[in-house]
Amino acid sequence: MANFKRLKNLSGKASIVGVDESNEIGKVPDKSPLALHAEAAINALDDAGMELSDVDGLFTAGWSTLDVAEYIGLQPKYTDSTSVGGSSFVIHVAHALAAIAAGYCEVALITHGQSGRSDRAPVPKDPGIPMVQYEYPYGIIGPPASYSLACSRYMYEYGEDKTRQAMSEIAVSTRKWANLNPKAYFYEKTMNFDDYHNSKWISWPFHLLDCCLVTDAGAAIVITTPERAKNCRKSGVSILGAGEGHDHSMISQMPDLTQAFGKVTGPQALKMAGIHHKDLDLTMIYDSFTYTVLVSLENLGFCKPGEGADFVANQRTSPSGEFPLNTNGGGLSYTHPGMYGIFALVEAVRQLRGEGGERQVPQCNLVLAHGTGGLLSSTSTVILGNA
Amino acid sequence: MDNNQEKPMPVPQPESDKYWNGLKKGEIWIQKCKSSGQFQFYPRSHSMYNVDGEIEWVKVSGDATLYTFAIVHLAPHYSFSNDVPFINALIKLKEGPIIPTNIVDVKPDPKNLKIGMKLKPVFVDTGQGITLLKFKPA
Repeated sequence: MANFKRLKNLSGKASIVGVDESNEIGKVPDKSPLALHAEAAINALDDAGMELSDVDGLFTAGWSTLDVAEYIGLQPKYTDSTSVGGSSFVIHVAHALAAIAAGYCEVALITHGQSGRSDRAPVPKDPGIPMVQYEYPYGIIGPPASYSLACSRYMYEYGEDKTRQAMSEIAVSTRKWANLNPKAYFYEKTMNFDDYHNSKWISWPFHLLDCCLVTDAGAAIVITTPERAKNCRKSGVSILGAGEGHDHSMISQMPDLTQAFGKVTGPQALKMAGIHHKDLDLTMIYDSFTYTVLVSLENLGFCKPGEGADFVANQRTSPSGEFPLNTNGGGLSYTHPGMYGIFALVEAVRQLRGEGGERQVPQCNLVLAHGTGGLLSSTSTVILGNA
Repeated sequence: MDNNQEKPMPVPQPESDKYWNGLKKGEIWIQKCKSSGQFQFYPRSHSMYNVDGEIEWVKVSGDATLYTFAIVHLAPHYSFSNDVPFINALIKLKEGPIIPTNIVDVKPDPKNLKIGMKLKPVFVDTGQGITLLKFKPA
């Protein structure tokens, strides 16, 4: 059981002081995944007004910190390769908070780089692991196949038409945000409801436009002590609350197909931060699929199970709606190299700093960022705020 | 192009040999926790319900119901490109466990599939030393 007395003490004991993507995101065939890690790391350190030599803690996923540190040229004194899917980077924020507060390191660097679109050397999975043994032979392989099985069950429990409407609302509203973000893959391409419904089937009930992009991109985050944050280039963003965990790996082992682990990590993060849903100015939810957003809103407690469709109705989460959600255009329309979690954090920090440009949420002081990883397997939630 | 031979094949592990060997004979063997009476899938070295408890292998009929399904149109691996569209499913065995599989002998259209519908097992010899357990409407 989480010890909230100790967690509340930890709240705010570290600050995010640097965030950035790699120089280019989208189609980047001329750079390796490690090059994307390094580029983003250097950019984020520059954003913080720091050098590589300041870094003493390294966090990454998808790769071992051994390879990333060696490639970038780091010798970290704290190392964390926690890799539980695209939520990992949100988990790294929590781990960095704990490591910095405990005194293991003072400047934590979280890096990500992945060439989902152009990778020359994708890694095959170990054929002995249960997922490969029991699901792969049937073609239950990868996120679209797996998440669509969960969505189909959700439709059975809560109604197909209502669910479909909600998924279309999320796809269209997220695209509207992307149309305000010059870095978004679909910055210049609009989408309407007909486009959504007419897009081809990937894995019924998922249309193409229910699915995230597959791009090449890197991103990085720099975290340090609140004291050291005062000397950085920009004001720090406080890490106020966090929760992490997982309850299965492959989709057939998910305890309840309509409830992901956000039902645990969301309430924990909010309680640790000492805030309520109504206090939040912005919500960033990892949108691997439109369905992931729908179910995450329910799991996080923004509404009750089965009420997500009403929550997102009438473009409520679009730039003209009252609930700002995924203002960068999300994995659906901005970028998604394979493990998107870190990009939700980058946008959260930019919004808190007032760097959102055309898409800036007014008076943005408290943000919830939520990552889902694997096959709805792991989640992590953090609360970030202006100090 | 016949790329069927390149489909991912399970590599049985010591705790799952009995399951995969059973399928070759047209038999479904599932583990049961002796102390709690609960069944578990997939096979493990221990009971998930009582780590001190014993597990036994039980031969089951394969009577099942459809728990959820999806219809795959974009092959998730090139070796399935000749198979699309096909039906992925999770089925619930009468004894309780949920198993990942395919539904066969049905046109892959959502109209033809009802969650909760009764299913029976089909044993599909891959010709590669592995028999897969698929299901069709009962």
